[in-house]
Amino acid sequence: MSAASSPFPHSLRLPPPWGRRVDRNCPVRFSFEGKTYAGFAGDTIASALIADGRYLLSRSFKYHRARGPLTLAGQDANTLVQLPEEANVLADVSPIAEGLSVMGQNYSGSLDHDRDAILGHFSRFMPVGFYYRAFFKPRGVWKYWEPFIRKKAGLGALDLSFTPTYHDKAYLFADTAVIGSGPAGLSAAIAAADAGARVLVVEQEPELGGSLHWARFGLEGKSAEEARDLITRVQRRPNIRVLTNAVCNAWFADNYLPIVSGNRLYKVRAKTCVMAAGAFEQPVIFRNNDLPGIMLASAAQRLMRLYGVRPGKRAVVLTGHDAGCLAALDLLEAGVEVAAVADMRAESPDTLPLLAALKAKNVRVFSGTTVFEALPGKDRDGNPRVVGVDLRRILGAADGLERGAVEARGETIECDTLLMSAGYMPAWQLPCQAGGKLSYHDATARFSISGLPDILTLAGSANGYFSLSNILRDGERAGRQAALRALGKAADTEIYAASAYETEAPVNFPWPIFPHPQGKEFVDFDEDLQIRDIVNAVRCGYRDIQLVKRFSTVGMGPLQGRQSALPAARLVAEASGRSVSETGVTTARPPFMPEKLAHVAGRMFSPLRESAMRRRHEEAGAQWLMAGTWRRPAYYGDPARRDALIQEEARAVRERVGLIDVSTLGGLEIRGPDAVELLDRLYTFSFAKLPVGRSRYALMLAEDGVIMDDGVCCRLGEQHFYVTATTSGVDRVWRAMTKWNAQWRLDADIANVTSAWAAVNLAGPKSREVLARAGVNIELSGSAFPYLGVQTGVVAGISARLMRVGFVGELGYEIHVPSRYGEALWDALMKAGAEFGIRPFGVETQRLLRLEKGHIIIGQDTDGMTHPAEVGMEWALGRKKPFFVGKRSVEILEAQAPQRKLVGFVLPKDAPRKALEGQLILDDTGNITGAITSLGDSVALGQTIGLAWCAPSQGKVGALLPIRCEEAPGGRLLATVAATPFYDPQNLRQEV
Amino acid sequence: MPFALLRYGLSSDPVKTPDFPPPSSLKSSYDVVIVGGGGHGVAAAYYLAKRHGVTNVAVLEKGYLGGGNTARNTAVIRSNYLTPESVKFYIASVNLFRDLSNEFDFNIMYSERGQLTLAHSDATVRAFRQRCEVNRHLGGRTEMLDRQQIKELVPLLNLDTGHAPVLAGLWHIDGATARHDAVAWGYARGAVARGAEFHPLTEALDFVVEKNRVTAVKTNRGTVKCGAVVQAVAGSSSILMSKLGIRAPIHTYPLQAMVTQPVKPFLTPMVSSSALHCYVQQTGRGEVLIGGGSDPYPLYNARSTLDLKEGLLAHAVEMFPFLANAKLMRQWAGITDMTPDYSPIMGRSPIDNYYLDAGWGTYGFKATPICGKSMAELVASGGQIPEIIAPFSLERFSRFRQINEMGATAASH
Repeated sequence: MSAASSPFPHSLRLPPPWGRRVDRNCPVRFSFEGKTYAGFAGDTIASALIADGRYLLSRSFKYHRARGPLTLAGQDANTLVQLPEEANVLADVSPIAEGLSVMGQNYSGSLDHDRDAILGHFSRFMPVGFYYRAFFKPRGVWKYWEPFIRKKAGLGALDLSFTPTYHDKAYLFADTAVIGSGPAGLSAAIAAADAGARVLVVEQEPELGGSLHWARFGLEGKSAEEARDLITRVQRRPNIRVLTNAVCNAWFADNYLPIVSGNRLYKVRAKTCVMAAGAFEQPVIFRNNDLPGIMLASAAQRLMRLYGVRPGKRAVVLTGHDAGCLAALDLLEAGVEVAAVADMRAESPDTLPLLAALKAKNVRVFSGTTVFEALPGKDRDGNPRVVGVDLRRILGAADGLERGAVEARGETIECDTLLMSAGYMPAWQLPCQAGGKLSYHDATARFSISGLPDILTLAGSANGYFSLSNILRDGERAGRQAALRALGKAADTEIYAASAYETEAPVNFPWPIFPHPQGKEFVDFDEDLQIRDIVNAVRCGYRDIQLVKRFSTVGMGPLQGRQSALPAARLVAEASGRSVSETGVTTARPPFMPEKLAHVAGRMFSPLRESAMRRRHEEAGAQWLMAGTWRRPAYYGDPARRDALIQEEARAVRERVGLIDVSTLGGLEIRGPDAVELLDRLYTFSFAKLPVGRSRYALMLAEDGVIMDDGVCCRLGEQHFYVTATTSGVDRVWRAMTKWNAQWRLDADIANVTSAWAAVNLAGPKSREVLARAGVNIELSGSAFPYLGVQTGVVAGISARLMRVGFVGELGYEIHVPSRYGEALWDALMKAGAEFGIRPFGVETQRLLRLEKGHIIIGQDTDGMTHPAEVGMEWALGRKKPFFVGKRSVEILEAQAPQRKLVGFVLPKDAPRKALEGQLILDDTGNITGAITSLGDSVALGQTIGLAWCAPSQGKVGALLPIRCEEAPGGRLLATVAATPFYDPQNLRQEV
Repeated sequence: MPFALLRYGLSSDPVKTPDFPPPSSLKSSYDVVIVGGGGHGVAAAYYLAKRHGVTNVAVLEKGYLGGGNTARNTAVIRSNYLTPESVKFYIASVNLFRDLSNEFDFNIMYSERGQLTLAHSDATVRAFRQRCEVNRHLGGRTEMLDRQQIKELVPLLNLDTGHAPVLAGLWHIDGATARHDAVAWGYARGAVARGAEFHPLTEALDFVVEKNRVTAVKTNRGTVKCGAVVQAVAGSSSILMSKLGIRAPIHTYPLQAMVTQPVKPFLTPMVSSSALHCYVQQTGRGEVLIGGGSDPYPLYNARSTLDLKEGLLAHAVEMFPFLANAKLMRQWAGITDMTPDYSPIMGRSPIDNYYLDAGWGTYGFKATPICGKSMAELVASGGQIPEIIAPFSLERFSRFRQINEMGATAASH
């Protein structure tokens, strides 16, 4: 492409075949910081900006230093930018789109003129952990500093009006999952497929192939091209499934792999897994190593090969191994002037073929030399950029000096680009989540990973191989062994003995860390930490790597220490006189890449249970109340008239007849030879003698004697019971039943049939007449169907279970029908009741009615410590039984002096304030003795009544009960303890 | 610029005196051996030295200083519990916390953000009102808020969560947070400055017991004689107790939490939902910190799980829908020793000179100061139980005198 035909005057674009990822026929315009830029489809924000000569993308966390791309692989925080709806977007992996508006973040003013950049000049006043040393004197002053410091922290800003978009989840299964599709992953996938496994390949980038698309594997640079044949082979295999643009974000137990792709989270179960996720190239630590224009060698190669963009015009390469030399060859090939190659290795260029080759191309080669300082200058827009390097010969141990020492003088070389490569750190995060241990080899200056579970295998550079033939071989080994294991076949590792691999030169330079008296040699780019910050953290006494992390925040930044883990480990080891193996690195927690909450949250289900009569309630104007996941009518009508409506509903029940939907009540069917035995052990009463056709109150305790649940136990047959439980308690009761049934090895069948039945309670003096009018095939007289009787029959043409119960204290029938007839039953009863003035009533009304009867509600009037004697329910204990759950505890408790008591009380009609549930009961000295659990305005009594906990000494009927009430005169309301039931104490109304 | 920073900047070397001396060898004998070098252990050492002059003390830590639950908790400080016993105890803790930075001369970044807990059911409203009343009665600052007041306090909060809209809120003005590591460091620094010793990488393996007294502690670095022992090993409480045959009703569960990448501040109070079992707060660094209930089954393994993360983050997004676009950076777990009543165990044990600081479940951090102070008092007095911890004895379980805080602990910790 000639300059004249280029649409972009400043373009650093290279002609094809450079830029295999971009489509030059498809230009895309977007804006950055308000200025319009152009790129091609396939470009990332970063590649398109660099193509235009724009390196400054972000401001650093603490000193607001100018930062440009470092890895170009989404592995550093230098490229975090702000999109309108999204903060902290990685510009080096996020594609551009037409009209996309990109901004910088974490600056005041503009990205180019960030007023906070002045902070960089004050770094000496901000030593490591400085915030622990200041901002708290004089006492209380932190309150004023904190908001200021908070504003400076953080990076991008969330879009606070963002509404979640669609995200979902899918499960996938594989015999062998291969994470990473570079040469090792491709080779592993083919070997696994050959062995007969169903393979899943997961690739983070848009296409298969990984480094085959950008790396140079030898002097000639042809081998990668040949190996790309593997891509088509993988694509053609029917038993290999490929996911691209997909990140495996963690390793969870047993190869449970969360894979984020697009707007979907795949949850993968793989029998075995090959991690071929590569290694992180490491920066060299020297002064100003963070200037825009300085990047990893691999970043420049990606830039050129994937996006067809030259990093600059004149480059220096700093390396400690062959990869930097190969990158220099790439630069030359792309027409970039290579001003110098500084090789930290001491070996002479004559013994290193790549250096010799570079020399032959007239590149100045410096051995045993490093960049001591990158020289800051300005790019064409006046933004900071590297403009040269100060090269120094490395001294060190041999010269009797500390490691990292350099000669006093060196040579300055001008450049606009600096590539660096100090070696590699295997992608350790996922293997370490799987239990892998990192150990450091002093000879090769690198970490290796061991101790993995046998369902997980490493391959390729993650396993320490960097020559292409070794990588391919290692992938093949790993893929085959993983597949054999997944298929339950014997391993044949012997064919991949160490001798089968070629020998490789070490890739890691042992000490690529060069302190400068003026600092600014960044160890952690994310957190703006320099060498002295890490060293001083150790000197302050924070010697453990975890403490160094916590004190200095190294590795805590947005990308969690990809580049800082290795140098920090080396520095801590050196400063504390230990080995790097001893020091180790901090734990790498999930997720691997930052993941949107939306991905993990998925479609956001919110469970809701509704009764079969829902439509009728809605038509009647029900106001809803949540009971667990159930929605229940609280009362019917205008919320503005809430209290009056509840009173009206209550009056209807007391005077005429009311109908309440009790479908949410738990229902449990117990059948079998041991059904009675199970119930007798689980509930406090005895059911052995309960006749068929009768019901009895059922109270369940926990082993510590605490009331757990209650209900009614109906005997439908000799070996068949129907037990109700509370709405919120039934699942807990069912669990207890099934647990104990198994534990005791009883022969009882337990089914939770809650959802199978719809149920109503028809209550009030006219209920018998309403039921008769609705049509029922059983005799309803008090003698034929007495209180606590149970019948099965037909109501309004519907098969039903009928029980005479008395929760609200009136003549009443609980009628249970199969759920699908719930609405028909409701309609029939409402129709039959019309002439008697029937009225539906809600849960709030029921609560008031039962309060008048002094019935407690488990969970409202009891708490997690309540035992029967405290609430006057000793009568419900079958003391003659040899055993029931909680019996021993109850006996111990009853032998002790009682601690508290639940009592009924009434408030005087002229009480100065209304009381509220939850208000406290106090004693004369102001100690808390209890609290109000239930409260209501009794229709029958015309008075406010309630239940409350108090000290046993306060519980005498007629005694005054002080209620804490800040608004009342003297801070107290005085209630009077009253006997319960408040209403119809002889139960004359319900037992007719 | 604060004077302290000016002084650092102008000095030739900012590290004048290290916070901690280099490691030393173990002595053969100590008056008090504290097993566990988390916040609680070093706080006890600190108060033993500072208030009782007991300095021949060794804190033994199997890992690094404050590396257990002190490092992993989400640093919620509050006193809005249910029972008067707990509320008195935690109010005392809050009061100590407020002054720690100046007492330590080390900024623990105590930040009174306030804590808002949301009620989505009438049962919870009732329970909250009781907690509010108890807290106020005992001198804490707590209020009940209605929906409108919640909206004004946290305008970004979605009040219509799922099918259970927010009905009311418990607003605990005293609710606070602090830099959790700094609390442990401040105590440890103060303790070692007064003569106590801190020994990392030193694991208590067993005890020598004579006449119902522990006379020595066996460690991986040799055996040390002791006058008294305090155990403060959250996550391993029942394991250590079992070495002495002490049984406790403790079940141990992992508890997970997670943070997003740092973003600019948008949320000051700590917000938790009782129904969604989820709490959301923003750290001083800008990360959004999200936590919830314990794992569903007992385990001694601080691994992370996907299931818990899925449920928790769905709920976080329900509370603050725009968080859907925030990015999770880190997920981790701690190991919590849960008691049946969700209250701790402090006091004497069946062994005469062996003192328990155990069963801290999900609420240990907020009790660090008062627990350390009380344990120091207990040990220094030779076993006189301070009134404020008397209700939390181990015997309460066999005497049926539990301090029930299950409801007030659930998701807020």
